[in-house]
Amino acid sequence: MKIKTKPYGEIEVSEKQKILFPDGIIGFEGITSYFLIDSKEGPYYWLQSEEHPELAFILINPRIFMTGYKLMVQSEDLEAIGVEEQSDPLDFAIVTVPEDHKKISANLMGPIIINKKTRVARQVISENDEYGVKHYIMEEAEKQAQLVEST
Amino acid sequence: MLVLTRKTNESIMIGEDVEISVVEVKGDQVKLGITAPRNIKVHRKEVFLAIQRENISASQAAVDKVGGLLRRKEEG
Repeated sequence: MKIKTKPYGEIEVSEKQKILFPDGIIGFEGITSYFLIDSKEGPYYWLQSEEHPELAFILINPRIFMTGYKLMVQSEDLEAIGVEEQSDPLDFAIVTVPEDHKKISANLMGPIIINKKTRVARQVISENDEYGVKHYIMEEAEKQAQLVEST
Repeated sequence: MLVLTRKTNESIMIGEDVEISVVEVKGDQVKLGITAPRNIKVHRKEVFLAIQRENISASQAAVDKVGGLLRRKEEG
């Protein structure tokens, strides 16, 4: 099927890329249907609203820039999307790209979790108090590189 | 706004399913216990607002600016 996207205009997507957020994303509660689109270059993905072509979020797997990243969410949140405690959901952080690209950041306080089988998703609030809404990706990646060099 | 006075270990009910109890009072801090059905999300307000604000900024990235950063392979 074809959908209109914010980054690429009209493109072909598969039903398998469809992600349902029954509760919406915080601040965008009424919007429940999205497509996960691989950006193919770089570690980013687009989460494109099906109904609103102008609404799209950039996602990243936080482990790309923070090897020690650990998803910590309430069991109620996992149950809400039908994930059993033993199995892991697919998870991402939403990325904010400001005017100054060096300040590109990821929100680790409100991660997105997706049930891999049903593709039902939810934005949750991290149980890890050390995670904030703005982790600068370049800075974190540099810290990582320094850690690797020093070992 | 309804204002109620409660002591430690007392609680209030909101509807039939939501119970908020005072667990501990220490100085200017109050520890609350909340029992609610799963479909009711309970958040600290400032955390919820911070995430909401960040989501709104994240949704406003101009594609032309992001372009070089995120170009698809077949186009790039």
